[in-house]
Amino acid sequence: MTKNPFWRLLKLAAPFKGWIALATLLGVSTVGSGIGLMATSAYLISSAALHPSVAALSLAIVGVRFFGISRGIFRYLERYVSHQVTFKLLARLRVWFYEAIEPLAPARLLEGRYRSGDLLSRVVADIETLQDFYGRVLAPPLVAAIVGLGMWFFLGAYAVNLALIFLAFFLMAGVGVPLLTYRLSRKLSREVITVRAELNVEVVDGLQGLAEVVAFGQEEKQFKQVQALNRKLIYRQQQLSWVNGLQNGLGNLLMNLAAWAMLWGAIPLVQEGGLEGIYLALLILAALASFEAVLPLPMAFQHLGSSLEAARRLFEIVDSPPIIHEPKTLSPTPRNYSIEVKNLCFQYEAEGVGYRASGDGKEEEYLAQHPTPDTRHPIPDTRCPTPNTRYAVDNISFTLPEGQCLALVGPSGAGKSTLANLLLRFWDYSEGQIRLGGYELRDYSQADLHKLCGVVTQTTHLFNTTIRENLLIARPDATPQELITATTQAHIHDFIQTLPLGYDTLVGEEGLRLSAGERQRIAIARALLKNAPILILDEATANLDTITEREIWRTLQTLRQGRTTMIITHQLSGLEMADEILVLRAGKMVERGPHYELLSLEGFYWRMWLNNR
Amino acid sequence: MKLEKRLLQQTRNVRVYLAITIGLGLLMGLLIIGQSYFLSQVIANIFLAEQGLAQVEGLLQILLLIIIARALLNFWSEVSANQAAGQVKTHLRERLFSHLQALGPSYTRGERSGELSHTVTGGVEALDAYFSQYLPQLFLTVFVPLIIVIAVFTADFLSGLILLLTAPILPLFMILIGQAAEALNKKQWRSLSQMSAHFLDVLQGLTILKLFGRSQVQRTTIAKVSERFRQTTLGVLRVAFLSALVLEMGATLSVAVIAVEIGLRLLYSQISFQSAFFVLLLAPEFYLPLRLFGTKFHAGMSATAASQRIFEILERPLPATSQADITDSPPLLSLGTIRFNQVCYGYSDNGENVRPALNGVSFEIQPGQKVALVGPSGAGKSTIAHLLLRFIEATQGEISVDGTPLQNFAAQGWRKQIAWVPQNPYLFSGTIAENIRLGEPNATLAEVIQAAQEAQAHEFIETLPQGYETAIGERGARLSGGQAQRLSLARAFLKNAPLLVLDEATSNLDPENEALVLEATARLVQNRTVLIIAHRLYTVYQADQIVVLEAGRVVAIGTHQALLQKEGIYRELVQAYDGGLV
Repeated sequence: MTKNPFWRLLKLAAPFKGWIALATLLGVSTVGSGIGLMATSAYLISSAALHPSVAALSLAIVGVRFFGISRGIFRYLERYVSHQVTFKLLARLRVWFYEAIEPLAPARLLEGRYRSGDLLSRVVADIETLQDFYGRVLAPPLVAAIVGLGMWFFLGAYAVNLALIFLAFFLMAGVGVPLLTYRLSRKLSREVITVRAELNVEVVDGLQGLAEVVAFGQEEKQFKQVQALNRKLIYRQQQLSWVNGLQNGLGNLLMNLAAWAMLWGAIPLVQEGGLEGIYLALLILAALASFEAVLPLPMAFQHLGSSLEAARRLFEIVDSPPIIHEPKTLSPTPRNYSIEVKNLCFQYEAEGVGYRASGDGKEEEYLAQHPTPDTRHPIPDTRCPTPNTRYAVDNISFTLPEGQCLALVGPSGAGKSTLANLLLRFWDYSEGQIRLGGYELRDYSQADLHKLCGVVTQTTHLFNTTIRENLLIARPDATPQELITATTQAHIHDFIQTLPLGYDTLVGEEGLRLSAGERQRIAIARALLKNAPILILDEATANLDTITEREIWRTLQTLRQGRTTMIITHQLSGLEMADEILVLRAGKMVERGPHYELLSLEGFYWRMWLNNR
Repeated sequence: MKLEKRLLQQTRNVRVYLAITIGLGLLMGLLIIGQSYFLSQVIANIFLAEQGLAQVEGLLQILLLIIIARALLNFWSEVSANQAAGQVKTHLRERLFSHLQALGPSYTRGERSGELSHTVTGGVEALDAYFSQYLPQLFLTVFVPLIIVIAVFTADFLSGLILLLTAPILPLFMILIGQAAEALNKKQWRSLSQMSAHFLDVLQGLTILKLFGRSQVQRTTIAKVSERFRQTTLGVLRVAFLSALVLEMGATLSVAVIAVEIGLRLLYSQISFQSAFFVLLLAPEFYLPLRLFGTKFHAGMSATAASQRIFEILERPLPATSQADITDSPPLLSLGTIRFNQVCYGYSDNGENVRPALNGVSFEIQPGQKVALVGPSGAGKSTIAHLLLRFIEATQGEISVDGTPLQNFAAQGWRKQIAWVPQNPYLFSGTIAENIRLGEPNATLAEVIQAAQEAQAHEFIETLPQGYETAIGERGARLSGGQAQRLSLARAFLKNAPLLVLDEATSNLDPENEALVLEATARLVQNRTVLIIAHRLYTVYQADQIVVLEAGRVVAIGTHQALLQKEGIYRELVQAYDGGLV
């Protein structure tokens, strides 16, 4: 998998090679028509200067007219076809990336360096950069190479040394100048990017932290910092403009010098009779016109750099091995909806370290060969093997019988959400055991497992569509009445009714901005609508004010009847309804028992409870 | 081809550079004429007069000089165009940032801040192309063809006439098709960005889709959306590309017409070969600026679009606060009784829907008193704090200090009296020490350490790799919520102001952290006048006075005991905290 990103990119574009060939051909034809127009025009005038009969000129006249018309048409077709390629490539890249990322989500998207929220927008931007891979990176050198080759043969047919002079200048302009400007600008461009990032940080600091800046009277200082970085950035950009100027000037110089040198070389030839004078103007103008093909090359070089950079980032994500491994056999039918956790240990993998503590696929084989549910994983009655490493979940055991309610509480970083992630098979545990309905959790496919679970998490993503569509994700065939029942239970129906378009109001970027509490209630409604036998509430009432929170808890209390429920929270309210509470701290279980029992212990739970008030 | 007036005004300071750029462009036009002239002369001499290298050597040398001069001018004009753009960007970005600062936190708060910082950085950057490419090219498109056509006229009247006649046809067609195509083009780019938004939306919601078993279905949706987009867009582009077709076709056809015309007249000796060749060389150069303008057009359009947002911000009037700074204001000698008298405030989105946040709020804070604001979210607690900090000004009613209206003091001077501890403190990229020094930029390290000790932050700072010099943020240490809280408290200790505005954090801390924060807070509120937005009952018990808010109104004022006697929202709140579900 360590193949060069350039070749992998080419492979992604491979299905469109017919279209690419066509677009390239049209690009060459466009430049070719320009050359043809100038060459035939020059030939026409040179011939006419010798005063032959009109008939002798007719072919040249036809040629001039043909090229005069064809260039525009070729240009038009070339743009049309190359946009075909661009959009086809875009569609392919999106589906390719989605297919690759879907099995990796959400684990790979949540871990370490990808945790920052802007990863996904960078992915989208990277794919957009790559959609131009053909138009901006592949096409210009291809066209230039074909034009150069064609000119070599064309000029060579008249005089070999003219072809040599031409080729020397053409290569200098097409390869030398891009390389030179690339070398000159590389360090500067990098500095521009760094300074721009620094400026960005300072501006974001200055605006997001404006309240602090103003409250502490630091406006002046913050402004000065932005000012200094801004001026530094502009200064660097101006240095970069010197390189750009050099590139423009050199390109222009080489083109005209090529014509000049060819003229200088052709004069003795004409005198000695090695070249007919009538072709002199033709060859010079053809050479000048052909430089049109090399002018976009320096840009192509820069785009190549950014394309490879974008590709490298995408491949890096796509290549990461899946965190969970789907069972090779069909998911079992759970005997009931109880959850049993024994000696569970889990550790997020360290950054950059390849995953798979559990082996290399051998385990799956083992599973496939030993299908009896009860003997597949003998419960090891040992503690987690390496006590020195910090486990996110450290030797946790509990049983949650069907229809009961278990609460996991503890400060942030205690391992509560990790446990939820393990229960949903977003990650696979390495040691210990989780059983659902009598079967090991790993025997269920992710999709089948998710069918059994209704989940409300602490951050709710609402899609850029109507409220109704957002709710229907949970159950596409739900009736309007069922929808309203769910929203009423989640205390959001009345609010939705007040919106101008009711359930058809758009939410998200282009629509209504909902408060965190409103989003949360929509998420609860969504879970209610799904009506799954297991309910996982991961900080479901975070972001709600106390009174609403209490109402929601009342709803949840009726709702949890008949369902196996797991509540994850750091706010110790509403926990009287839990049959058992596990108090976690730094991955370890420190206390367990029902609410009042835990309070009477006057331990960690009791202190948390006091602090919460 | 709209010229954005407000953008053009920005050129005031950079006219010299623009003039140089345009002047260089014109000079290049002259050199093109010279080059064409000498090239046609040399070829004519070799081809028809059958001269040798020795005879044309002089001409070749002149030609070489012209070629070198052209390259130099090319270089120089690029540099000076960038100089102009750079100056405009420097100026605009600084103005924009300081204007946003003056508009204050109530304008920049929330989700908006991302968009605003993008406007300051990326938005201003988008103007570059307008000043470095679009504007100079606009002038050159008018003047360079003019010089060339004059030169052609001196060589051959008829060809000059053809150029002159065809020249207006091209822009005319371009405008006719261009406007329709531009609208289509714009629509297409908009739908492209919408499609990207859709894709991003799906990626962001991938977890949800998976949980609801919908992620496989989305694969086909993405393919379908992209395919539909390709088809409709190409349908649109078929038309949009017509402008390119017309431009290209117009230019090449005119060259072809001239070539045939001079060729035939040359046949009948109505024109000399040298003049004919000279005209042929100039004909494409005549159309070149116009074609180049076509390619810069997009840059100009997107810059104009970006500038709309920039000017929208710049033209937003500053709140009254910032104007008060200019006038002489009495110094504040000591902090007296702060009185809110029938204060109203409404948030407005773009000046339209005014959402009332406060409606006739009255209460007093006596010197040394601790006043707690209590109420459900959205009741107006933060608005009161912001009014006191003068991030915003009351729309009605008055806030006064010992009878003097708050407006009479300069806002910056007034804020010197206040230490503010927000609910979610913002940590700046920079070191721990720098972040604490926000409270007092000139504080010595010893003072910073003392403040950190008082805020119970010293110990954890000591455990960081570089202690007080540890960088925070993306590249540095990630601090927990409790640690950030304590840094914020350290700022307040360092500032040591008589009035403290404290927005209590809703707790998500482990007991140890929480205890440390509470301890530091308790120390901070000593001997100070304090306004607390309270989220904990414990804090409320300690207050001298409790102001209960609901939907922008004060519903009750009193001590904990007094309020508990009464039926109402306070009792409900206390029960919600206290009694759990029962």
